[in-house]
Amino acid sequence: MVGITSYGGYIPRYRLSRMVIVQNMAWYFPVIMAVAGGEKSVANWDEDAVSMAVAAAYDCMNGKDRKALDGVSLASTTLPFADRLNAGIVATALNMKEEGVSNADFSACMKAGTTAAISALEAVEAGKKDSVLVVASDQRRTKMATMLEMFYGDGAAALLFGKDDVIAEFKGSYSVSCDFIDHYRGAGKEFDYGWEERWQRDEGYGKIIPEAITGFLNKSGMKIEEFDKVIYPCYFGGTHKGIARKLGIDKEKAQNNMHAVCGDTGTAHPFVMFVAALEEAKPGDKLLLASFGQGCDVMAFEVTDKIKDFKGPKGIKGSLANRVELASYQKFAKFRDLIVADLGIRGEANPNTALTVLWRKRKMLLGLVGVKCKKCGTPQFPPMPVCVNPDCWAVNDFEDYEFADKDAKILMFTGDMLSASVDPPAVYGLIGYDGGGRTMLDFTDCDLNQVKVGMNAKMSFRKRYSDGMRGFTGYFWKAVPQVEGGDA
Amino acid sequence: MATGIRDKVAILGMGCTRFGERWNDGAEELMVEAFQECLGDAGIERKDIQAAWLGSCFDEVNIGKSALPASMALRLPNISVTRVENYCASGTEAFRGAVYAVASGACDIALAIGVEKLKDIGYGGLPDFSSAMGTLNQLWMANMTAPGGFAMLATGYAAKYGLDINDVKKAMAHVSVKSHANGVLNPKAHLRRAVTEEQVLNSPQIAYPLGLFDCCGVSDGSACAIVTTPEIAKSLGKRDLVSVKALQLSLSNGTELAYDWDGAHFLTTTKASTAAYKEAGIKNPREEISMMEVHDCFSITELVTMEDLHISERGQAPKDIMDGFYDIDGKVPCQVDGGLKCFGHPIGASGLRMLYEMYLQLHGRAGDRQLKDPKFGLTHNLGGFPFMNVCSIGIVGKYDG
Repeated sequence: MVGITSYGGYIPRYRLSRMVIVQNMAWYFPVIMAVAGGEKSVANWDEDAVSMAVAAAYDCMNGKDRKALDGVSLASTTLPFADRLNAGIVATALNMKEEGVSNADFSACMKAGTTAAISALEAVEAGKKDSVLVVASDQRRTKMATMLEMFYGDGAAALLFGKDDVIAEFKGSYSVSCDFIDHYRGAGKEFDYGWEERWQRDEGYGKIIPEAITGFLNKSGMKIEEFDKVIYPCYFGGTHKGIARKLGIDKEKAQNNMHAVCGDTGTAHPFVMFVAALEEAKPGDKLLLASFGQGCDVMAFEVTDKIKDFKGPKGIKGSLANRVELASYQKFAKFRDLIVADLGIRGEANPNTALTVLWRKRKMLLGLVGVKCKKCGTPQFPPMPVCVNPDCWAVNDFEDYEFADKDAKILMFTGDMLSASVDPPAVYGLIGYDGGGRTMLDFTDCDLNQVKVGMNAKMSFRKRYSDGMRGFTGYFWKAVPQVEGGDA
Repeated sequence: MATGIRDKVAILGMGCTRFGERWNDGAEELMVEAFQECLGDAGIERKDIQAAWLGSCFDEVNIGKSALPASMALRLPNISVTRVENYCASGTEAFRGAVYAVASGACDIALAIGVEKLKDIGYGGLPDFSSAMGTLNQLWMANMTAPGGFAMLATGYAAKYGLDINDVKKAMAHVSVKSHANGVLNPKAHLRRAVTEEQVLNSPQIAYPLGLFDCCGVSDGSACAIVTTPEIAKSLGKRDLVSVKALQLSLSNGTELAYDWDGAHFLTTTKASTAAYKEAGIKNPREEISMMEVHDCFSITELVTMEDLHISERGQAPKDIMDGFYDIDGKVPCQVDGGLKCFGHPIGASGLRMLYEMYLQLHGRAGDRQLKDPKFGLTHNLGGFPFMNVCSIGIVGKYDG
């Protein structure tokens, strides 16, 4: 049996109430009041499509063997590198094998995620691969006071495809491909450019998704009534309902478009909605997934008995529950670099990234892989040639030791107003890992006032710096204190 | 068997500039100012100096690399000059180089000079570390500054002893109040105004839980020493010699950061001070040390250091501080000259500035700050971060003690 063997999701912790946008920007463009309900998810300043993809991928691979992956595909339209495999960053962060593995970026289209999924499933079906991870992630910047600012949210989701322990069997796919442009983003441009909404709604979503689904039903001989959930993105609420009506889908069987809770997460959204549906699915349920963007991919799945014993991922439900309100519109605007604030002269330092070092130390820097001494058993980070245990000091006698999935306790910390930071104070501290090892890390997603010595922390892959002069984005891991709520 | 440095070297003369925002002076002017005072005090000529050591830290924004800037500025007679850099211990390291050279018999008279021109960078605080921490560290180490690095110690200390952070902050405030009170008495200090505990506690936050007045100033300055053997000093007509009793250094090897550490003390200071007392022949530092100049880059650093120097018991520094034990009229006056708190911390100069105060006190030349008959003076530098640092300790005293 071929199909989905695991899933994961990641919605950033910060949520911006659309009323906050309206209160700040409706003076400029009152039309945004029409969609003012609910809230959108907002990536922290140190998150981007790659970092969110890593979070979703770790969630998906929880309890699974990352070394067994034959490849990872990353789908996104907001990748930080135009030439450097972005999926390769995700793969290194996952500490995957390098030999015999093929990774790929799928980009430039909102349906890139489903296209990558179909490609992965075809490889598994053909017996060419056993296990392929597909992650979709987007973090789209929008101009202020636009409908897109209201509609778009940030997020990522991951699906693992394989043959063993399938929780949702793949039942076939069908695609329509056409150069229909509802919106586009020219190369090198910062923001999306869209045609009028009537065009997008009536000739785009409202026509192409039904055509593709009808095409799938005709090809497969399945009936729309067989499906317990039909999942398709469309941030125009009326059009979303209209598609269901047109196809004869019961109201409650059309998966909610999540406008109220996180907004449309772009390339990630078909997966995000699909994972949300999977989280509620029972054995025997049939799910139909459709995407949208220069055509439409349709994929059918049937949930198996294995879903009953399947647990582990936080998924979309879990990350939606980990929520804190971003009360300041200005902070959101600063996080997305829409306004200029002064970092000070201290913030001007811009040392180059030594690509040689990044290669030598890629496991350490992207995978948070330390070492464990074979002689005394001490886990340690950073990895050094001589064991850190003063009673051991063994030389070059280590095995790899992954810290990324280990919990830690905060040993000491501060909130630094002097450090150049997009979100001062810069919070950081010394943490000790459960099971041994300790190090000094930046903290993120936390409110200084709630951080305490002894508090639990989890590891999160984050953007460390953006070198605007050279166009390089650097990543490393940060500690996320496990605080409940707090201020953004 | 090594016999240590005790009484092998005497200080022939010292000099120290006024510390402060010396907008009109560069490192060259500062070095010459300290050197001229030192030369006059020693009563020798430039040509009598046979070797020299220069301490400076931020070469990128200061005088540049090598010891040439000192050799050129001071017009030294084409002798050996060596630049040393070891974070905040750089000044003491220059002194150690000169002292060891004399003690070894390699030369008779040696110079140590430290300088740092910090106020040419255009912003407050120390220069940014990110481009000076190495190609690997800059890719992963936390986005730290000096105040943030040391501020963490306050949270670690409070947690270890189960203290309310506000009580720790009160003791920290007294540390600053005491140093400011001493700085008022020192014409060479940068900050010369008394502050109240309330002012310290209400100052704007720099790095939780440190406020502005928990942080030392940022200044330009230079200090220097000329050293020789006690015999030569006597032959030059010097009396009541001040000699070096101990010079110790201890560096982290990574255990605090990556293996085991309570986050409430300086491992290096604990070790260096023990070795220094042994070298100096001091059995009970709480009773025998007459005065100290310690590395009070931040109030919490000084607080914790009182324990690492084995003067306050573990967990008892806040009590001793609040009892006035380290005040100028207390049992072991600390930061008699105003400390880094009032002098600021031109890194390469600080260790020598501390020795300068001990030297003045031992000679009875400290003016309004003069303590009654001090015997041993201790200096202490701590460079880097609490979890990864360089500690230097110096003890000087009367040669015919």
